[in-house]
Amino acid sequence: MTVPFFTVDSIIGGRRRRARKRNVVIAVLLILVAVTIALTLLLGQSFTPPRDVIRVLLGEDVAGATFTVRQLRLPRAMLAVLAGLSFGLGGVSFQLMLRNPLASPDIIGISSGASAAAVFAIVVLSLSGPIVSIFAVIAGLGIALLVYVLSFRNGVAGTRLILVGIGVSAMLESFIAYILSNAPAWTLQEAMRWLTGSVNGAQLGQTLPLILALSVFGGLLLGRARDLEALRLGDDTAAALGVPVAKVRVIIIVAAVGMIACATAVAGPIAFVAFLSGPIASRLVGNNGSLLIPSALIGALLVLVGDYCGQFFLPTRYPVGVVTGALGAPYLILLIIRVNRSGGSL
Amino acid sequence: MNVKGIESSERPAFPGRSNHLRSFWLAVLILLLASLCAASVAVGTRDVDWGDIVAALRGQADNIGQAAIALRIPRTFAALLAGAALGLAGAIMQGVTRNPLADPGILGVNMGASLAVVIGVAWFGISSANAYIWTAIFGAGTAAVFVYTIGSLGRGGATPLKLALAGAATSVAFSSMVIAVVLPRGDIAGGIRAWQIGGVGGVTFERISHVLPFLAVGFAISLLSARKLNVLALGDELAAGVGEHVAAARAMAAFGAILLCGAITAICGPIGFLGLVVPHLCRLLVGVDHRWLLPFSTLTGACLLLIADIAGRIVARPAELDVGIVTALIGAPFFIWLVRHQRVREL
Repeated sequence: MTVPFFTVDSIIGGRRRRARKRNVVIAVLLILVAVTIALTLLLGQSFTPPRDVIRVLLGEDVAGATFTVRQLRLPRAMLAVLAGLSFGLGGVSFQLMLRNPLASPDIIGISSGASAAAVFAIVVLSLSGPIVSIFAVIAGLGIALLVYVLSFRNGVAGTRLILVGIGVSAMLESFIAYILSNAPAWTLQEAMRWLTGSVNGAQLGQTLPLILALSVFGGLLLGRARDLEALRLGDDTAAALGVPVAKVRVIIIVAAVGMIACATAVAGPIAFVAFLSGPIASRLVGNNGSLLIPSALIGALLVLVGDYCGQFFLPTRYPVGVVTGALGAPYLILLIIRVNRSGGSL
Repeated sequence: MNVKGIESSERPAFPGRSNHLRSFWLAVLILLLASLCAASVAVGTRDVDWGDIVAALRGQADNIGQAAIALRIPRTFAALLAGAALGLAGAIMQGVTRNPLADPGILGVNMGASLAVVIGVAWFGISSANAYIWTAIFGAGTAAVFVYTIGSLGRGGATPLKLALAGAATSVAFSSMVIAVVLPRGDIAGGIRAWQIGGVGGVTFERISHVLPFLAVGFAISLLSARKLNVLALGDELAAGVGEHVAAARAMAAFGAILLCGAITAICGPIGFLGLVVPHLCRLLVGVDHRWLLPFSTLTGACLLLIADIAGRIVARPAELDVGIVTALIGAPFFIWLVRHQRVREL
């Protein structure tokens, strides 16, 4: 056994190196998101020259470009980015807190709860606007509480929580299917939004509650980033390191659910973005610091790219949820195979 | 072969449930089933008076009431068959995998059949009823093998948790693939709901008649494997020790269940959770002996699906609730209860 030799300098150097790697990843992701947004604004069914796009964004009227960019492309890109950030950040918070990649909100039923509430508010109560978001947030929190209570038995075992969540989301999904099948103007497109998520027909007004939710709840989560890192080591270790575990848990659950529910109320439960972002970020960043910001950026990138592919690269126009679903489902199976092979518990 | 001797000496292993008691429950179930069939014909979205019901049963379809009854008869028959098949398939799957959470819906078998049919319709233009059924059975079988393979990888073999997770993941994957396949095809999208939510409304005798041979074979294989399942319940080593060919017994029973699930999904779409609930209820009634459990699961499954279908017609008047929705709303809480209370290994 050779004992590794640490000096203060080598530790500081290591920290700097790791921080640098994480910063590089974040910078690259930021650039990718920016490039994709630019691409979305420039190139749709037709090409709009960059000069025109900039002039439209600055508030000028350009013949032939104002409507396309301001009414169609900009709201869509904004909604995609905001929803992606919310799903990515909320999902990874759950995964880190419960120390299990399968414990993401779209698998344990929180997204479907928010979606069910949104559908109920829109179709049955004929509401619209921010009230729908409030409905979705309350329902999401209720479902989170329900799943937590139902899986509580001498403490919450991660695996039991996931199985209970699967059962709860099966119920909620059949509830959604029921409401939609009774809706007067039942269209496949509308059903797709609430079953798999879509950013079709986005409007700038819709993004306002999302920006609000993202700044409040996202701020809360980022403020607890260090505590989340400590929770990764286990509850007992975190408590020993001085983290008020119960309090941090409540804050994280409320913030993550709030964000995801607000995004779901507008864009539907975009399939698997919350589930995929964390593991991808963890692959990229490694063990080099908090995963929150990289995951949020990856979420935004997934929704943007998924939506763009769904619109233009595939033979038909697919809503974004179908693209991310087709991407995420095989990954979910792969994850289960890998975990089973290695013999570890999930 | 000495298996018979062992079995007869094994009988006291199921104490407290005399054959008299079992026969009594059997009679009760058959009576219940008969009255449910009658109720399913008589009760529905539209109130029809008795004269019209009797006239419709004689084959008349002169007014709208009699026409409604004429639609309810094949529907009742379909619910009866689907419930019986899914209940039996659930009992077989729980026996084969020795897993209390096994169910054709949870293990992704029904979704596999759905996906296969949707792909067949959208890409290969299948249209004949027999092609539907073969495709559905192929899909069900592939999904079952796939899920079981994933679930049994690694340490401890196919534990309840790993199987349930693998099945749920596969179901989610398949259902998003169903959407991806159907969405660009406006011409077949109208029928998509049948492949996402199971329902027995709109089934005709003509469609039922095509699956009857498949169901008959499926029922026969499944019911005949009861003894083998009893031996398998002893554990693989012991079962091999008393002379049972473990792998062959498993494969045969599973094949019967897959036939049943595939054929039912071909006419009704995926109906979940029924196969989970039924065997657990029946075990309370008749114990764990598969020779009783399998017939009881068949009857109870038929009863439950009829109840779910009737409830779906009454609750949502004047509209209807597809039976797949009702079984999920009732079955999912049962699933959660099982996860909480059953001492499932590794939970």
